Amino acid sequence: MRASKLWRLFAAFFRIGAFTFGGGIAMIPLIQKEAVENYKWVTDDDVMEILAIAESTPGPIAINAATFVGYRACGVWGSVFATLGVVLPSFLLILVLSFVLQQFQALQVVQFAFRGIRAGVLALLIKSLWTMYKKSPKGGFAYVAMGAAFILTAVLNVNVIFVIIGCGIFGLLSARHLERSAGK
Amino acid sequence: MIYLELFLTFFMIGAVTFGGGYAMLPMIQEQVALHWGDIISGEMLVDFVAVSESTPGPFAVNMATYVGSAVGGQDGGAWLGVFGSFCATLGVVLPSFIVILIVAKCYDRFRQSRVVKGCMSGLKPAVVGLIADAVLSVAVTVFFHAGVRVAVFTQAAFYVSAGIFAVMVVLAFKKVHPILIICLSAAVGIAAGYLGLWG
Repeated sequence: MRASKLWRLFAAFFRIGAFTFGGGIAMIPLIQKEAVENYKWVTDDDVMEILAIAESTPGPIAINAATFVGYRACGVWGSVFATLGVVLPSFLLILVLSFVLQQFQALQVVQFAFRGIRAGVLALLIKSLWTMYKKSPKGGFAYVAMGAAFILTAVLNVNVIFVIIGCGIFGLLSARHLERSAGK
Repeated sequence: MIYLELFLTFFMIGAVTFGGGYAMLPMIQEQVALHWGDIISGEMLVDFVAVSESTPGPFAVNMATYVGSAVGGQDGGAWLGVFGSFCATLGVVLPSFIVILIVAKCYDRFRQSRVVKGCMSGLKPAVVGLIADAVLSVAVTVFFHAGVRVAVFTQAAFYVSAGIFAVMVVLAFKKVHPILIICLSAAVGIAAGYLGLWG
């Protein structure tokens, strides 16, 4: 019973991992179909919760969601099987592709293609930068954090990890400050 | 010990990147340049962002698997590459796995935590700034293929890249599928190559 439930978790998240392009939010409809409609491991409310949690915890949303659903369905082992399932398709595919790429990257046609592709990727990155900007909080404080993070890394070459830790602390302190001034 | 280095580096990347997806790109760029700059160039990384966009699965896992196989298999050993991929992927997955297990156990306390909310109010905009920096360095790779020089502006390659970029930005904002954008860019790139425009 338990073993078959673990297997179903693995298989469902393997399918989710294999068919989500773009990762992250693109995965949510599939999770709803498999984990809510098909197997009833979690509810629609849980899925919304997962999104909220995923935004405030580190790591890819796919991993966060798989671990959370797995845990709700079948405890720690459930988490292990669901996470393994969601990671395995891209792991195997990329492994093959990176070997193929190493074989063919010397070909002239492949080099030409990638010269074009790099410009296309830049366009995709601009689009996702815009999406992230729209999702981010706005206001004076947020613009300061945004600008500071950019200048620190782009101009001053500060290590990204220090910028992340610094901005976390900065956010915490300013939230405390706002609370205190609202209390008075 | 290159495998331990792969594991630890990607563990750190997984532990400090919030927001998923491209939020991880600035960290990956920096760490790859720092540790394995001689094996993986900036261009190879951009190429792989394209591959990652066109294949299923989370961006972080795709990138970790790729970097792991390139670094682990640098001496030509295919199985060492597989092991490298394994170490890097395990590293990038483990932090969120552990954190979610803890959060799932005490969800309500986490949700109402002022500390978490406060930190996130600083982290969310910061991630936008960090990605802007990552995009900037990709732009340098694309437009200043052979280093930042004024001579670049007299070369056809610059204008081909700029043309592809301009068209694809419009398509991207019109919600054309990323895979289609990559295929179109590749086609134009190949055509430009055989016309001798890349120089």
